[in-house]
Amino acid sequence: MSTGRLEIRKTYKLFIGGEFPRSESGRSYEVTDSKNRFLANAAMGSRKDARDAVRAARTAYEKWSNASAYNRGQILYRIAEMMEGRKEQFVSEVMSSEGCTKPVANKIVTAAIDRWVWYAGWADKFATVAGSTNPVAGPYYNFSTPVPIGVVALVAPAKSSLLGLVSVVAPAIVVGCTAVVIASENRPLPAITLSEALATSDLPGGVINILTGNTGEITPWLASHADVNGLDLAGVTNPALAIELTQSAAGTIKRVLPRPTVEPDWFKDPGLERLNFYAEARTVWHPIGV
Amino acid sequence: MPNTMNQVATLTQVTETPNALAEFLRGLPGVDAVGADQRAASLATRSIKTESKRRAIDLAISMIDLTTLEGADTQGKVKAMCAKARHPDPLNSEVPHVAAVCVYPDLVAIASKELVGSGVAVASVATAFPSGRADLQTKLSDTRFAVSQGATEIDMVIDRGAFLSGDYLKVYSEIVATKSACGDAHLKVILETGELATYDNVRRASWLAMIAGADFIKTSTGKVTPAATLPVTLIMLEAVRDFREQTGRMVGVKAAGGIRTAKDAIKYLVLVNETCGPDWLTPQYFRLGASILLNDLLQQRQKMITGHYSGPDYVTID
Amino acid sequence: MNQSFEYSPAPESRAIVNLATSYGLFIDGKFAQGQDGAPFKTIDPATEEVLAEVWGAGPKDVNRAVTAARKAYNQTWRKTSGRERGKYLYRIARIIQERSRELAVLESLDNGKPIRESRDVDIPLVAAHFFYHAGWADKLDYVGLGSSPSAYGVAAQVIPWNFPLLMLAWKVAPALAAGNTVVLKPAETTPLSALWFAEICQQAELPNGVVNIITGDGATGAALVSHPDVDKVAFTGSTEVGRQIAISIAGTKKSLTLELGGKAANIVFDDAPIDQAVEGIVNGIFFNQGHVCCAGSRLLVQESIADAVIDSLKRRLSTLRLGDPLDKNTDIGAINSAPQLAKIVELAKSGELDGANKWQAPCQIPEKGYWFAPTVFTNVTQSHRIAREEIFGPVLSTLTFRTPSEAVEKANNTPFGLSAGIWTEKGSRILQIASQLKAGVIWANTFNRFDPASPFGGFKESGYGREGGRQGMLGYLRPRGK
Repeated sequence: MSTGRLEIRKTYKLFIGGEFPRSESGRSYEVTDSKNRFLANAAMGSRKDARDAVRAARTAYEKWSNASAYNRGQILYRIAEMMEGRKEQFVSEVMSSEGCTKPVANKIVTAAIDRWVWYAGWADKFATVAGSTNPVAGPYYNFSTPVPIGVVALVAPAKSSLLGLVSVVAPAIVVGCTAVVIASENRPLPAITLSEALATSDLPGGVINILTGNTGEITPWLASHADVNGLDLAGVTNPALAIELTQSAAGTIKRVLPRPTVEPDWFKDPGLERLNFYAEARTVWHPIGV
Repeated sequence: MPNTMNQVATLTQVTETPNALAEFLRGLPGVDAVGADQRAASLATRSIKTESKRRAIDLAISMIDLTTLEGADTQGKVKAMCAKARHPDPLNSEVPHVAAVCVYPDLVAIASKELVGSGVAVASVATAFPSGRADLQTKLSDTRFAVSQGATEIDMVIDRGAFLSGDYLKVYSEIVATKSACGDAHLKVILETGELATYDNVRRASWLAMIAGADFIKTSTGKVTPAATLPVTLIMLEAVRDFREQTGRMVGVKAAGGIRTAKDAIKYLVLVNETCGPDWLTPQYFRLGASILLNDLLQQRQKMITGHYSGPDYVTID
Repeated sequence: MNQSFEYSPAPESRAIVNLATSYGLFIDGKFAQGQDGAPFKTIDPATEEVLAEVWGAGPKDVNRAVTAARKAYNQTWRKTSGRERGKYLYRIARIIQERSRELAVLESLDNGKPIRESRDVDIPLVAAHFFYHAGWADKLDYVGLGSSPSAYGVAAQVIPWNFPLLMLAWKVAPALAAGNTVVLKPAETTPLSALWFAEICQQAELPNGVVNIITGDGATGAALVSHPDVDKVAFTGSTEVGRQIAISIAGTKKSLTLELGGKAANIVFDDAPIDQAVEGIVNGIFFNQGHVCCAGSRLLVQESIADAVIDSLKRRLSTLRLGDPLDKNTDIGAINSAPQLAKIVELAKSGELDGANKWQAPCQIPEKGYWFAPTVFTNVTQSHRIAREEIFGPVLSTLTFRTPSEAVEKANNTPFGLSAGIWTEKGSRILQIASQLKAGVIWANTFNRFDPASPFGGFKESGYGREGGRQGMLGYLRPRGK
């Protein structure tokens, strides 16, 4: 057609341990836009990719969960900075993935960036709000602090490919969890582009790992994985799969955030629900005496 | 014993320099105050009834150092007290005599005379009791005088000022010197725990006194509040228990001041029983320094026999 | 005059507890015979004597109880203001204080725990829990869920036998304060104090159906938590049953909190206050015969002081008094049931087979009833079953460590994460180790302390959700409109 230059397409890969591998299975699947037109081939993550991602998340956990809240906040803010620089790319991918107009896509992308900023600010305030000193009846100093639940697996929302994704990932990592994220199966491209922004922010490798592929294939391995501590079913649309995953998660008493019957409006104020889910209280007693 | 020092030999070595002594005392395991209070409080809930109570009352009577330490003390007062010490209940000869009477040095002679052949020992406070604020020579002559008058037990006070300022060696040397001035008399070392402020200090002072040769460690003069308390006595009992484990030598404990009722006294016996065991449940190794306690023990004893409560008119007031 | 000081028996009188021969279920404010299911007997584990017959609720009974709770929620309780709800809880707290001696004796009879503990720990804490939560009822806007959070509705609560009335209080008090109605099932072997509590609800004139007590075994519990009209499930008990519950309610709208097993490490450093640490070790594992989910069942002691600590511990354990739970001087009561005793015996046996050294406190075991002498295993390694499985009995497994990081590593090396203990006089070490331990409750220089203001609950396979404190209220409330 045109005599102009041929565009260099991007290869969409997984994001594990700060690196961008193809699926170990060598598989890929076709990603289309809302009108079923070909967009790209995304990597079809496998159970072994999931296993590697959990391993990467666990390796990163010790350092990330012990990083100072100030440091975590700075890194989340840095992610927002990196997204801002790639705004145009996000807008175009959200438009094609979600089939929305440019102004709407623009609104979604800016909301997603602002969400990182919102959560960045929580890093060094959540413990103040969620923690407590407890006036026990005795000569003891007693305090509770929220601590991360560990390595978590998140099924990103099916429809909201970027804002929904950010809204489930940011609260997990800001409290100190490390995450394995299953991107929206049909709308994975913004998630992959996000991983590129993450890689250039100061986020340590392995804190967020993003897998693309078949939700029904990968998630059971994560739900049953003994080294996963929590499961967010935000993007599970199949009720039977949600039950299966919940039951499987019970094997090691994982914390499970249930599947919403309807995908929520991600523009709404998130509140503390997810922060509360990703952190649990540790209470310390110590005698008071001379 | 969880102490860095394992042998008797090293215990004498630690007194060779001020630093070694300080290091040793500060190296003793700490005492968590809340935990110690709780342990003492929990033992205080032991319920001593019927036969065990009857025996505990007699045991407590036999462990009393019947004491008068007033500026207003007279020979008449001491004589009356000695009579009570021999026969706490004049109408009941089964009641054991007390362990000792405890008086100021100038009244030792009259007490010894009154108690000849009774089995009741004569104890005297010495070393500028109760403050201990005098030079060493005065303290030692005080001690020698009491012994010369017939005291078989000396209750000395430590120099709390020296202890609190960290001059442990001074405290140690004074105890050693007093012990030597005692001759054959038993030495009870009063720590005055109410002035030592922390349980850690009580433990350190206990070890200091034991290393220096104390036969007994004693809580208080009775002139400072708080005097004996259950937790402080617990710390001291743990110290004598651990000291025996380390050196083989048994040191006695005397709880003095503030113990007024039979119920209180029995709590102390339970403390001894469950901390050090029955070896210490004898007047040779445990004493209660008290005065009005005796009458409450006697009233409780009468109640055990008659089945109804006694009254103050049925015990003697001296 | 060296005489031994034996304590004469000092039994608390059991006359204060008036036991009937049989008990029905407490549904909709009334005691009545069950309609299906079958009666069963509850015994005194110290004597094996039958105390009473209680009803094992069947599915119909469960349905009646849930229906009564639903009706009470819709018609009465949700319309009762927080302030009024609080006043009912204050009334209950006061009645518990008034009847504390009776409740303590009853608890010791049915459970086998020493009266010293039921009198000084269980019952005072029960009253404290109601008193504490009463105050929350009209302050729900401040629990942290935004203004006017909603109750769930009907709460199904299943509790264990180790602290029968205290576990009831942990469940019922926050549920009612938040505005839920309750169907509670006490443990099969300890149903009586819950039935006494039902009577206390009557005395407090709590509206009918707000609290329903159904007795029974695991089948009754399963029927209760899987009842479709239940909105909230709260369970305390074994990890295995917790897992089954999580599986059975998957896919429903029921909210779930679980307080499950534990295998807590009690870490003693070489600079610990040794005498108090020994008390803490004793209290950590021999309190309530070790029937405590947060028991300090793994003693991790620094190698340099291990021998001295073990010697002190054995000396201390030799003074423990095992026997009649109603004797005021008893330290160690009866094991709650024959099956539990069998489990303890089996695990202790495995400790010997695995090569650990067993030591038991010298004490006379009564002829009747279920008993197990305080037991310490030394030379235990992480791979022994007694270092991994919850024994839920008076059995301590002792391991050693050399460095702080090794202590943390060993302490965390378990699927459980309920509690842990740290003994050291060094403040900075406490804070560092506490931050590294994966456990929900950490006792530093103390152990097994409980308070209604203090959130309790575990990490990992020890469950999720908290009980007590502001955090505990979150388990019975959701944001408005959610």
